[in-house]
Amino acid sequence: MNGIHDMGGMQDMGPIQREENEPVFHHPWEGRVAAMNRALGAWGKWNIDAGRYGIELLSPADYLRMSYYEKWLARNVDFLLKVGLVTPEEMETGKPAPGSQKVTPRLTAAAVPAVAGLRGDFMRREAEAQARFTVGQQVRARNMNPVGHTRLPRYARGKKGMVVRHHGIFVFPDTNAHFLGEQPQHLYSIRFTARELWEDDASPRDSVDIDLWDSYLDHA
Amino acid sequence: MHDHDHHHDHQVVPSDPALRTKALESLLVEKGLVDRAALDALVDAYENKIGPRNGARVVARAWVDPAYKQRLLNNASAAIAELGYGAAQGEHMVVLENSPSVHNMVVCTLCSCYPWPILGLPPVWYKSAPYRSRSVIDPRGVLREFGLEVSEDVEVRVSDSTAEIRYLVLPERPAGTEQMTEDELAALVTRDSMIGVARVAPPAGSKP
Repeated sequence: MNGIHDMGGMQDMGPIQREENEPVFHHPWEGRVAAMNRALGAWGKWNIDAGRYGIELLSPADYLRMSYYEKWLARNVDFLLKVGLVTPEEMETGKPAPGSQKVTPRLTAAAVPAVAGLRGDFMRREAEAQARFTVGQQVRARNMNPVGHTRLPRYARGKKGMVVRHHGIFVFPDTNAHFLGEQPQHLYSIRFTARELWEDDASPRDSVDIDLWDSYLDHA
Repeated sequence: MHDHDHHHDHQVVPSDPALRTKALESLLVEKGLVDRAALDALVDAYENKIGPRNGARVVARAWVDPAYKQRLLNNASAAIAELGYGAAQGEHMVVLENSPSVHNMVVCTLCSCYPWPILGLPPVWYKSAPYRSRSVIDPRGVLREFGLEVSEDVEVRVSDSTAEIRYLVLPERPAGTEQMTEDELAALVTRDSMIGVARVAPPAGSKP
């Protein structure tokens, strides 16, 4: 989806605001949201790609206005309702539905040390898939504009680059985000020169490496 | 969850996220969907267990041990696991080495991908629109905002983390640190130097 989240190359977002000695969480509720996100993920009702797409579905105005953890909170409320782990009535009242069965949490405190450092799911697959490209080859990123989730940023579409790393076979986000299967594909780092991406104003030496899946690419 | 509709039919955003978060946590605990002790342990891990000190130890080891550095550049996930960070089923790590001719920096233009096990949770600026948008089109301008001027004869190489590969920059070891121990070196390494928006400064009092 050509959404506000795909912001590589925009120029009007203002100066970068840094904070000295920044805390991990600015408010206790942010930590609780981050922790709930991880604990709920253990139910396996969604995946990391669906999670990203859930954030992308926020309206552009909300996306820019809301803090990071506000977005997570909105997304998780949305997921809980959509997959039916929580009913709208329960969300409204804050109480479990009368007579509903209490379940057992999937993530226990004892299991936390093993998972806490992991950002997401293990996405490499030992699958059969054809690698259409090899390191050193010239490729062109396709000019595609899917309305769903994709990890091919707009600023790279139609641009020519070179394969610089071959990472192996990974789950394909464009289908996984929509629960249409993992459809694993080869993944590569493609190096684009800054001049290819941004024309003559860019430094002649600089470059951008972008991790792209096989079906995002054509031979060039 | 299977539909492709793009109606922005999300709940009204809470005016007070703290209250909404508290209410949601109570509900989820009462339903048995989450364990409060697990949430406490996760917050503790995020605040105290993972963080840039882990990455700094990896960098310092690479500076003092050429064989380790080679393993780190060849298979970063395995080399990082040698020091006890990440997990066997962890992140797919790649280490990018800075040199006198190449300066690497890392961004995630599409969201906020960041190597949690060795750098912790990302700072707000890394997740912010200004950094995500301009790093790829004006990296030298962004670096200047961080106080880093990169000479025109050095290549600035930006890595946009669009997949599940996580990038750690191996900064250059500063001059004047030849006599320092691995622990002392680790103390010099900053989070920003491992994202690639800063260099590692020479130790205080050292001669340039």
